[in-house]
Amino acid sequence: MTELVSIESSSQCKAHAAFVVNGERVEVAFAPQKTLLELLREELGLTGTKHGCELGECGTCTVLVDGTPILSCLALAVQYAGRRVDTVEGMAQGGELHPLQESFADLGAAQCGYCTPGFLLTAQALLERNPSPSRDEIREALSGNLCRCTGYLKIFEAVERAAEHMRAIGSSHG
Amino acid sequence: MDATAKVTGETRFADDLTFPRMLSCKLLRSRLPHARIARIDTSRAEAHPGVVAVMTGRDLPIPFGILPVSQDEHALCPDHVRFVGDPVAAVAAVDEDTAGEACELIEVEYEPLDAVSSIEDGLDPEKPLLHDYGDDHNVHKRVALEFGDVDGEMARADVVREDVFWYEGNTHLPMEQHSALAQWSPDGRLTIWSSTQTPHYLHRAIAKVLELPPAHVRVIATPNGGGFGGKSDPFSHEIVVAALARKTGRPVKITLTREEVFYCHRGRHPTLMKIRTGVRKDGSIVAMDFTSFLDGGAYGSYGVASTYYTGALQTVTYEVPAYRFRGARVFTNKPPCGPKRGHGTPQPRFALECHLDKIAEQLDLDPADMRGRILQPANSVTANWLRIGSMGLGACLDATVERSGWKEKFRKLPFGRGVGIACSSYISGAGLPIYWNSMPHSGVQLKLDRSGGVAAFCGSTDIGQGSDSVLAYCVAEVLGIEPLDIRVVTGDTDLTPVDLGSYSSRVTLMTGNAAIQAAERAKHTLATAVSAKLGVPAGRLVFADRRVFDAEEPDRGVSFAEAVQIAESSQGTVGSVGSYVPPRSPGRYKGAGVGPSPAYSYSCAVAEVEVDPETGIVRVPKIWIAHDVGQSINPLLVIGQVEGSVYMGLGEILMEEMTYRDEMRNVVHHHPSMLEYKSPTTFEMCDVETILVSDPDPNGPFGAKEAGQGPLLPVMPAVANAVYDAVGVRIDEVPCSPHKVLRALRDKMKGKAARFGPAGIPDYAFPELSRVLTPAQGGTGREIDDRPHSEVGGPVGGRAPRAGDPTEQAGETTAAEIAGLTSEKRR
Amino acid sequence: MMRLPRFRFLEPENLTEALVMRADAGTDASFVAGGTDLWPNMKRRQQTPATVIGLSRVRELGAISGSPREGMSIGATVTLTAIAEHPVLRQHYRAVAHAAGVVSTPILRNMGTIGGNLLLDTRCNYYDQSYEWRKAISFCMKRDGEICWVAPSSKRCWAVQSSDGAPVAVALGADVTLVSAGGERRIPAAALYRNDGIEYLAKAPDELLVSYHLPAATGWRATYHKLRRREAFDFPVLGVAARIDLADDGTVRAARIVLGAVASHPMEMTAAADTLAGRRLDATNIGVAADAAYRPAKPMDNTDFTLGWRKEMVRVHVQRALEELAG
Repeated sequence: MTELVSIESSSQCKAHAAFVVNGERVEVAFAPQKTLLELLREELGLTGTKHGCELGECGTCTVLVDGTPILSCLALAVQYAGRRVDTVEGMAQGGELHPLQESFADLGAAQCGYCTPGFLLTAQALLERNPSPSRDEIREALSGNLCRCTGYLKIFEAVERAAEHMRAIGSSHG
Repeated sequence: MDATAKVTGETRFADDLTFPRMLSCKLLRSRLPHARIARIDTSRAEAHPGVVAVMTGRDLPIPFGILPVSQDEHALCPDHVRFVGDPVAAVAAVDEDTAGEACELIEVEYEPLDAVSSIEDGLDPEKPLLHDYGDDHNVHKRVALEFGDVDGEMARADVVREDVFWYEGNTHLPMEQHSALAQWSPDGRLTIWSSTQTPHYLHRAIAKVLELPPAHVRVIATPNGGGFGGKSDPFSHEIVVAALARKTGRPVKITLTREEVFYCHRGRHPTLMKIRTGVRKDGSIVAMDFTSFLDGGAYGSYGVASTYYTGALQTVTYEVPAYRFRGARVFTNKPPCGPKRGHGTPQPRFALECHLDKIAEQLDLDPADMRGRILQPANSVTANWLRIGSMGLGACLDATVERSGWKEKFRKLPFGRGVGIACSSYISGAGLPIYWNSMPHSGVQLKLDRSGGVAAFCGSTDIGQGSDSVLAYCVAEVLGIEPLDIRVVTGDTDLTPVDLGSYSSRVTLMTGNAAIQAAERAKHTLATAVSAKLGVPAGRLVFADRRVFDAEEPDRGVSFAEAVQIAESSQGTVGSVGSYVPPRSPGRYKGAGVGPSPAYSYSCAVAEVEVDPETGIVRVPKIWIAHDVGQSINPLLVIGQVEGSVYMGLGEILMEEMTYRDEMRNVVHHHPSMLEYKSPTTFEMCDVETILVSDPDPNGPFGAKEAGQGPLLPVMPAVANAVYDAVGVRIDEVPCSPHKVLRALRDKMKGKAARFGPAGIPDYAFPELSRVLTPAQGGTGREIDDRPHSEVGGPVGGRAPRAGDPTEQAGETTAAEIAGLTSEKRR
Repeated sequence: MMRLPRFRFLEPENLTEALVMRADAGTDASFVAGGTDLWPNMKRRQQTPATVIGLSRVRELGAISGSPREGMSIGATVTLTAIAEHPVLRQHYRAVAHAAGVVSTPILRNMGTIGGNLLLDTRCNYYDQSYEWRKAISFCMKRDGEICWVAPSSKRCWAVQSSDGAPVAVALGADVTLVSAGGERRIPAAALYRNDGIEYLAKAPDELLVSYHLPAATGWRATYHKLRRREAFDFPVLGVAARIDLADDGTVRAARIVLGAVASHPMEMTAAADTLAGRRLDATNIGVAADAAYRPAKPMDNTDFTLGWRKEMVRVHVQRALEELAG
């Protein structure tokens, strides 16, 4: 999958790389010092990924790389060439919200909504690894995402409700 | 309303917007705390490849500021910088990197001045002046008011207690960094998108500084990624991008770095307070004397109002028959302070509630019982002439005491664990606008569509508190349709009628009332038309379930869409307007304009804490909080506001601090970063049990009062009081840091005072008190007129009534004072 | 938005290539693995290498090998999450797994590596600031300036060792392997660090830390206590790593107590550890050791919290760490 066109990127010429973003292959030419955050927002127009500090101190810019949450502000884009990158824009499938999106909206887990994409993706990765997390496991998993509006409690509840919902769907399908 | 867009990433915040040919702007900021600018050379920056325009203070000479009396800011400092971070020059370039590089190429020659870095410095007449206006050298604002005979009443008290408190500054830290984008049209129109809580005030500031007809300036408030009061001022960066867009003819965007957000600040004023209260043996208050000193930072901002607010609301929770308030706000060489959630009232609330806890102990009373006995009654007027309507604090107290198990815990838990209680109150919108006018504070227009949809237009701004939802609920409730049927258009000065902004917890009450009025008028129009069509008296028509029908014969009716069609056929296009003006306050003295509100919310919190006596570290496992919201329009949103308030209060009492280095280190901000400005994580957040108390207020929409700020107020003192219950030491400071607790514990062991806090307040000569008789004394709400006006108000400034206005009233005096209409030019 | 400066980025596919690239790049170059330390520093212009060599494609650095009986080796690019969740490490090297698991946040630990953690740049309130902020105090001696603002009369830099992993590595008596184009050497972790805020590593710039070697997990127990303001995000304001080797009779055969975040290197409290030799880990002896650790500890004004309190906390947390080991 690695299709880094120019590995050695000098400060003058652009890097040229392919990524799988929200399930679609994209090829981008970009300044080689750009972070994944900048690439997503500025080159691909995926502004759902937000930023609060750009230094890895708030978790707002969290995206999934191969299913694992990472800080896109501290990810040099070229280092992630060829990888699968998932952002909040890819969560809803076929016009249906992801159960986490549904529960965040219904329970008031998104107030201003700015930290929400980062929380959603972190929670998504958690539920994929652990379909029935305890409150303490949720607290731990989300401890790298800051929110100034909610006090986190509605977010915990939303993750719990989504987990329940996903288990119900899973068991009805299985 | 917009929850779906927020969870899909669809919501467009200001920095998410881009336009073709858009330029990026960066600001060059002062690296000195206090200096004169001798020379600026921008030639190298202008020559830098990719730079399109460079600006300095010379290009934007007109000052601005949120309050008409404090027009003391410049978009770029022309000749005087007042804090590290004060903007000096701006560059618009093809990208952010280029703009930043160009800023480095601008040469600024400074002539340093001594820095004013503390309240003590601010009171020192030898220190250099920050501004050429103010009440006394670097004292920006001072207030001296007395209601009733404080000394006389104090003499009749069984116990008189005096305490001193310090509240450190802290900041909003919205997750979204401020961002603004401006576009200039060759026909002379300017559009600006900004993450602002107050598009209307920004509109006025931009029109003023750029000397544009306001009708040609359009401000669009983008969704705010958190505000908390931090996006309520017009900011230099907003004006600069507007000016650069005009200069370059291209769209220009700026997004501040996190560090720059700290420099915008406008957060909690560091405040030093002394409170002296006389009480009877049962705890009832006979008189209170309160003094505050506020460290205002470099500019006025909302500071005049903040100063008054440190003295205004002490009287709305407990009965205080005689009350004295003196306050002074000083200018210092630090980022300006302003309105953060609770604006000016968390500091005195902390002082008052900790002070009452000590009084209760001194009198051997349970502090919850004592509070319950001394409450200010509903439907009353306080000593300082604030009119109280509904008052659910008693119910809040009872509920928290019961749910927290207070009686089983207070003074009964093992050493290291404790509970504390505190009460509070907050305004549901300020009684007066910040510039003097008699127009509505909020306006709503409705457009009814023959499809059955309704568009609601309002200038309010949703900053995460859910105001768009409240607007939709109010309209839907009256018209009997669903919130989803309503499209809400807000915060656009071209499209929406003025709403003053998302501050002072005013939106639910004011926008809600305006929306209800507009909806009632639309309903009347529809009812008239449907009545004629169906032959049913209009008064018998019910609007519910998306239908309009006869109450006596429910099958006889039409759908809501048909009702609109009937009205459109008979009367033409259907629309309506509604607006809201708060009721007049009974206070008539100078200063009476800050504090009045159409309705006061009330809160009570019990905090349970665990204190590690070996480290002094305080943990808060749980807070019970009851909030009298009048009537909750949407309980989910209200609980969200309460929990968020508890969170922010917890941050303030446990760890958040906005502090600076000494003068040798140029008074730089201690830690302008998300890492070192400590915002609680999921681990530090406590469990919260929220109890909503319903006590509908006649002035609220469907009885509703505010919920966004009030519930923060009791958190800090409840935790401090709980720390005392846990380990027997008083931390008379915010934050309650581990080293303070440990120090107090050590002092206690040595037999010294088991307390950490300030020793006293500066010896400052306040002006002579303006004396006002209380309602109980049969006062009129005005100052006692035993001296000529000039003498009463002279040194304070701004006291003289407007010539030819014999009906001068409270509200008008203070609004006019803030507006600068009556103040003689000082100096 | 805080952005990276321009630089040349190289991505070798294997170790040999990485070392050749590093040798060719000259003095102004840096390796990067997780990037959680280097990129923020570069965004703040604390470090501005002309060339950065990324190691994420170098597979030979990503393995965990060995066994608790003979000792284990962890490759430099193994993430902190992988260490914190590794079942064998969690069982037999609890202090190592724990220290990895309390670094910053779960998200950052998915990126940050053990190599980066052991080599973490020293930190300071006056250094970990933006270029503009540092300019406002005319910079400091660690970068671009002359003075140490922590101790203005000092000739040395007082930036503080802030890695959670480093004190544990020293306390355990772990080794590290360093390689460069010129060769390979294996040294005790203790020999990797120097008590100087600027020259904090006894490692040549072109040497790459490739692996971290844990001793056989028998005959001793160890722990790590981290003190910080918040349970996530924050660097330690004090770290206490301790290893105790117990004799069959339950007395202490050997002890090592290492403090983090009180000096520019992981500070071995030899005198304190020596007070335990031949004694039982009872309350009295623990108290004596905690006191002996407290006295020489000299926190400086380079982290969160007040100095006096941080010093007080040395005693409390050494005591608590030893109590935990006494079980």
